[in-house]
Amino acid sequence: MSAPVRTPSPPTGTASVRGAPRLAGCGSLARMALRRDRVRLIVWALLTLGILVSLVSSVVRNQQTLAQRQEYAAHIGDSAAAAAFSGPLYGLTTKGGIAVAEALTIIMFGMALGSLLLIVRYTRTDEETGRAELIASTGVSRYGRLAAAVVVVGGADLVLGAVSTLIMLAFGLPAPGCVAFGLVLTLVGWTFAGVGALFAQVFQHSRTAMGTSVAVFGAALVLRAIGDAGLIADGRSPLRYLSWASPLGWAFEVRPYAGERWWVAALMFALAVVLVGAAAALVVRRDIDAGLIPARLGRARATPRFGSAWGLAWRLQRGGIAGWGVGIALFAGVFGSFAVEMDDMARSGGSVDLLARLGGSRVPSDSWIAWTLSLAGMVSAIYVVSAVLRLRAEEDGLRTEMVLATAVGRRKWCAAHLVTAAVGVTVIMVASGLVAGLVHGLRADDLGGQLPRVLGGALVQVPAALLMAAVAFAVHAFLPRLTALAWVAVVGAVLLTQIGASLRFDQAVLDISPFTHAPKAPAAPVHAAPLLWFLGSAVLLAAAGLYRVGRRDIGVS
Amino acid sequence: MSYAFETEGLVKRFGATTALAGIDLAARAGEVHGFLGPNGAGKSTTIRILLGLLRADAGTVRLLDGDPWRDATELHRRLAYVPGDVSLWPTVSGGEIIDLLGRLRGGLDRRRRDELLDRFELDPRKKARAYSKGNRQKVALVAALASGVELLILDEPTSGLDPLMAEVFKDCIAEERKAGRTVFLASHILAEVEQLCDRITIIRAGKIVETGTMVDLRHLTRASIRAELARRPEGLEQLPGVHELHIEGLRLSCQVETGRIGALMSRLAEYDIRELISRPPSLEETFLRHYRDQATAADREPAL
Repeated sequence: MSAPVRTPSPPTGTASVRGAPRLAGCGSLARMALRRDRVRLIVWALLTLGILVSLVSSVVRNQQTLAQRQEYAAHIGDSAAAAAFSGPLYGLTTKGGIAVAEALTIIMFGMALGSLLLIVRYTRTDEETGRAELIASTGVSRYGRLAAAVVVVGGADLVLGAVSTLIMLAFGLPAPGCVAFGLVLTLVGWTFAGVGALFAQVFQHSRTAMGTSVAVFGAALVLRAIGDAGLIADGRSPLRYLSWASPLGWAFEVRPYAGERWWVAALMFALAVVLVGAAAALVVRRDIDAGLIPARLGRARATPRFGSAWGLAWRLQRGGIAGWGVGIALFAGVFGSFAVEMDDMARSGGSVDLLARLGGSRVPSDSWIAWTLSLAGMVSAIYVVSAVLRLRAEEDGLRTEMVLATAVGRRKWCAAHLVTAAVGVTVIMVASGLVAGLVHGLRADDLGGQLPRVLGGALVQVPAALLMAAVAFAVHAFLPRLTALAWVAVVGAVLLTQIGASLRFDQAVLDISPFTHAPKAPAAPVHAAPLLWFLGSAVLLAAAGLYRVGRRDIGVS
Repeated sequence: MSYAFETEGLVKRFGATTALAGIDLAARAGEVHGFLGPNGAGKSTTIRILLGLLRADAGTVRLLDGDPWRDATELHRRLAYVPGDVSLWPTVSGGEIIDLLGRLRGGLDRRRRDELLDRFELDPRKKARAYSKGNRQKVALVAALASGVELLILDEPTSGLDPLMAEVFKDCIAEERKAGRTVFLASHILAEVEQLCDRITIIRAGKIVETGTMVDLRHLTRASIRAELARRPEGLEQLPGVHELHIEGLRLSCQVETGRIGALMSRLAEYDIRELISRPPSLEETFLRHYRDQATAADREPAL
């Protein structure tokens, strides 16, 4: 490893390569990224801002009077469970404070995930595909590629933050809070762009870099959830410091609309700068296409099990099952652990209505568990769609044709992936049900009673996820060029069910989403009809897809 | 004569473009058959139809006495395919992929596998992500060559190999031929096909322009002649089969159709040959001439 070449002031007359601008090529690369990803960037922005508008407009509409807000604060203000999701709940008697509680976590999701995925895409993914090598052989400096990525993603974050400020202002909220809100969003985006940029240097494989960055985001989310829940449960709980270990905790500590603390924003900015700086320091110290952590060697020979379409499908999907499984089960466990608080809250006179709306039961803990499980079910549906769409990636990547040129038939190849994905989503939901049931059962001191109920509630979420998987497969089979439709279907269905209700959409519209019909167990009795509908439609769609895959051209889309 | 595969009038369209416009192609059992053509001529499309990945819009295909579309899985036990652009699963090691592909085909000769890994100098423990294009190609080649199947379908198999490895590859193909296997080798590298193949088919813009042995093809081609004579020759332009004749004083250069060399020689002998150089036509020239002729023919066609 050698130190980066530094030329403080190139002597005049020696216009050598060393004298080339250190950010050479940044501008043209940034323009290229904007052009290449204009649709991706616009969809990201519209989705994030659209959700913000819908959430804040519902807050502004429903929390008009001080009395309404005081009631809201009374119900939510001392709920550890609410804090786990909504942050430390500052200024709940103002519209702005409620808007932060309702919207900030979800919008930060969009900012952080979008930023880190995009920055890895512009740095490591390009190296992996060899595009970077082509670019590096031109007049682009080593910093240039990273700088272009930072400019594009950081710029997008800035625009999103600024537009968010304008949106909040348009809702008539106080200006300093609006500025702080937009600033926080931009800074969260920058921080996780920095995380992504850093891991893109460390790992050689873009999927590893993305996965690790997402895991860091997940850890930040969990730390903040536990910390804020601790803070609300007991103002002096040592747990409250956990929020300070998470950049997402800092975001809430800027306290938009509740006595803005700008120095915390400065802290976030410093963190983002340090992260990007670390990435920049690494980028000049490593070879192109190499990581800091070298790839490990694999086996010289395959194990006996790795010798069939099934073995291959399992090998390709097991990482995803494990990753998503751990994430979803962790979520179910953390949120499931708050169910007992719901009952306490109800006993101390809190609103049962809100929880009943979430889960449809007069027993608050059941409603909470049902809501947690249905959310886990929706995320697992997103997982299973990504697993099924691996078929698409395999075909686009020309790996499918190599497999189909052996004695593996098309239908068997697809069936192996479909069944593996279906087993995967079932395993994920069983794990989530077990973890949530265990945590809730232990806390409620009723393990024998709660565990089977929670596990059952998790399992009945599987059929809706399978339906979304079958939809994705049908898209792959019939409209291979329009795989994006599968994402539109599953993300649209999730958003419709999650946000549609609070926007008071017509029931007929909400009914379009399968998740609206998914059971709310253990809060409500499970009806067989929707489950049978889901499974029946899933089987039909999968069968139609398999028929089509047997007849269409492979590798041409 | 038994054929490893045979196509007749193969047509394939992708939307408005016609990729194949009536391909007649046959590889005899036990021969090494070269399939020559520039990029985009339709080589890979033809191969994908032979593999049953694409369905032809018209024409017939017989492969190993079966229908590659209908009987794909049974037929694929008896053949191995190396794609032109070998793409592997990034997190799986080369050794595992070789074993996997072998098992998916129905078996692999372990001894031959290890021997080939050695000869191609390939480290089977590396994850596919870490392989260069050439090394990915070696993975697919080792898997194919160690499978002991009747028919090898190779799509530009040496495009990523260095010259040393290309030599190893040539040796392997020679061994396959000795073992009585059929090899179908698509390529745009002329020298490679010239050295390895018993018979050659040339494709251009979705049409077969020529097929035959190297000897057959030479009949269709010209030799280039340079000569120095004692007296200035006359009337040579009238000789049939002589082209691009240039005479400068006593020096002469021309091209002559291979069948007309004798007639030209006896005429030149009349002028007392002092020096003579005759170069056999390389496939390169055959190839270039085809494209030039085709291109000029296309130019002459009225624009639509």
